[in-house]
Amino acid sequence: MTKQAFNFKDYIRPRFFPHIWCPGCGHGIVLGSLLRAVHELGLNKNEIVITSGIGCSSRISGYVDFHSLHTIHGRALSFATGVKLSKPSLKAIVPMGDGDALAIGGNHFIHAARRNIDITAIVMNNRIYGMTGGQFSPLSGSGKKATTAPYSTIDRSFDVVELAKSAGATFVARSTVYHANECKDLIKKGISHKGFSVVEILTQCPTYYGRKNKEGDAIQMMESYKTNTVKIGSKKLEKNPNLIQRGVFVENTDIPEYCEAYDKIIETAMKGKA
Amino acid sequence: MKNKNNIRFVQGNEACVEGAIYAGIDFFAGYPITPSTEIMEHLATRLPQKGGKFIQMEDEIASMGAIIGASLTGNKVMTATSGPGFSLKQEALGYACMAEIPCVIANVQRGGPSTGNPTHVSQGDVNQVRWGTHGDHAIIALTASNHQDVFKITVDAFNMAETYRTPVVILLDEVIGHMREKLVIPEPGEIPVVERLRTSVKKGVDYHPYLPREDGRLPMSDFGAEHKYNVTGLFHDMWGFPNNDPKVVSELLRHLVDKIENNVHEISMYKEYWLDDAEFILISYGSSARSAIHLAKNRRARGIKIGVLELQTLWPFPAEMVREKCSGAKAVIVVEMNMGQVVTQVKNAVDNPRNVFLANRIDGELISPTDIKTLLRMIQGKGV
Repeated sequence: MTKQAFNFKDYIRPRFFPHIWCPGCGHGIVLGSLLRAVHELGLNKNEIVITSGIGCSSRISGYVDFHSLHTIHGRALSFATGVKLSKPSLKAIVPMGDGDALAIGGNHFIHAARRNIDITAIVMNNRIYGMTGGQFSPLSGSGKKATTAPYSTIDRSFDVVELAKSAGATFVARSTVYHANECKDLIKKGISHKGFSVVEILTQCPTYYGRKNKEGDAIQMMESYKTNTVKIGSKKLEKNPNLIQRGVFVENTDIPEYCEAYDKIIETAMKGKA
Repeated sequence: MKNKNNIRFVQGNEACVEGAIYAGIDFFAGYPITPSTEIMEHLATRLPQKGGKFIQMEDEIASMGAIIGASLTGNKVMTATSGPGFSLKQEALGYACMAEIPCVIANVQRGGPSTGNPTHVSQGDVNQVRWGTHGDHAIIALTASNHQDVFKITVDAFNMAETYRTPVVILLDEVIGHMREKLVIPEPGEIPVVERLRTSVKKGVDYHPYLPREDGRLPMSDFGAEHKYNVTGLFHDMWGFPNNDPKVVSELLRHLVDKIENNVHEISMYKEYWLDDAEFILISYGSSARSAIHLAKNRRARGIKIGVLELQTLWPFPAEMVREKCSGAKAVIVVEMNMGQVVTQVKNAVDNPRNVFLANRIDGELISPTDIKTLLRMIQGKGV
């Protein structure tokens, strides 16, 4: 049997388009990569629950033809934890913005990683709060301009990869929307991984971040992802250690997955051993 | 004949757990907080024994999120907390109102505001239950004054959550939660248990998750089943997709309020003691009602025509019922442990609000029959 060619119309809800994203926004590329990843994995749409919080990125959940849960700001991972633990046969995917995931949602992020519950968190990092009009996020970094930092930010930024690693995520990867195929491949790996997986994707917000920080238009911002990033361990790092690395940073299959571990608790409890 | 194994000597928090098990709870998520913690402790043992799931979350907000997620996969769900935790849950509770997700939240009240008086009793969260989350909405809140009733209203809470697709709050207090007394676990079938209403729409036919049937009910479809749909906290259309069309917004808001307020007679539960000829009526609920009943019994023995109306449904407030019951009374005394939260509702409900008085106690101690008697004697013109 030959595999059907990818047709995005098989995976979206056309009724709900056009989408809300600005021209030049990188989020559509993430959506495309996600849908291609799901297609290539051959997943049944009925076995996927996509859960999101609030923000531009979170609107992805409404556009895809999966079970979709658009929740409250920052808390998507907790809702997804309820979905996954109550029905582990479902695939749980959580697209998140950087503020959603790591400011208001930071607690849930580290605890989902610690538990190693089988959820794929896709952190769409555009380094800004887009939906509310361009306030700095915990990923903006210092020395940036934002509507709430008219004189420039003094807040340092998180490194999503390092944070996920230290919180115990068992799969951690990073890519950018310039590298759409790599994005798709890393999302595939994240979804296939049994345990908590984090895929950070750098995605441009030309409307707010780009304009405020004079980083050019969408094309220039995407080109910067080409020039400012390298594959993990690239020789280019010797000359320029500030280049952002892309690829798989952690892939650990030795840690028990949370729902499977709980199944063992049920076995024990049913035998009457408290 | 009662099975002796069904007789227990338990805390109110355990009675709540037993009620939840009887109602068919599948999933619990919580965070430790006094004086509700025993609910989660007991469910941590009990749920996996029946193949259910228990999870201790990283905070109160996450617990509320987790039960909503678990409800959507087709489970009966619950969380438990007390004042500070209940404050934290409010945004997600409003989400459950808006997205119409069945769930049960037990709030075992302690003294507030803030950290307050964690190990002492209070009934200060009555209004928070009603208006804690932002925006217009309706809510169901049930309470009880003894463990047999705690069991019963817990089953009712799960039933109402399914019937009305709404969060239901079980509003206990520290005395009820921690006090031990007898509980007889009813046999299966003694109390009706309402199961989730699932859609009969077949695979391949459009399922509208938010299109009410003629009777106003919304059959659900589990996440993972054949129908894929969107759930959101934004105002939404019959597909569950965000929509801010003024007609859609107003119709949805009216639906959310009407489905509960229009069924106040179905939802309203209360008990009455010696009301038929009562000149003095004590209105109370939760542990305060124990003192009210005690005093009324004591005064009846002395020939005073006094009775008690014990409210078990606090929200939606049964104003019509309260008005009718109080229509012949010389005086109505609301007995509660707060600065006067239910008394305001009673004054709004009755024909003669000037005859409504408050007997309260707010110092963390259980209000006593003597506390109520003092006020009663003043009203009777007998002095203290």
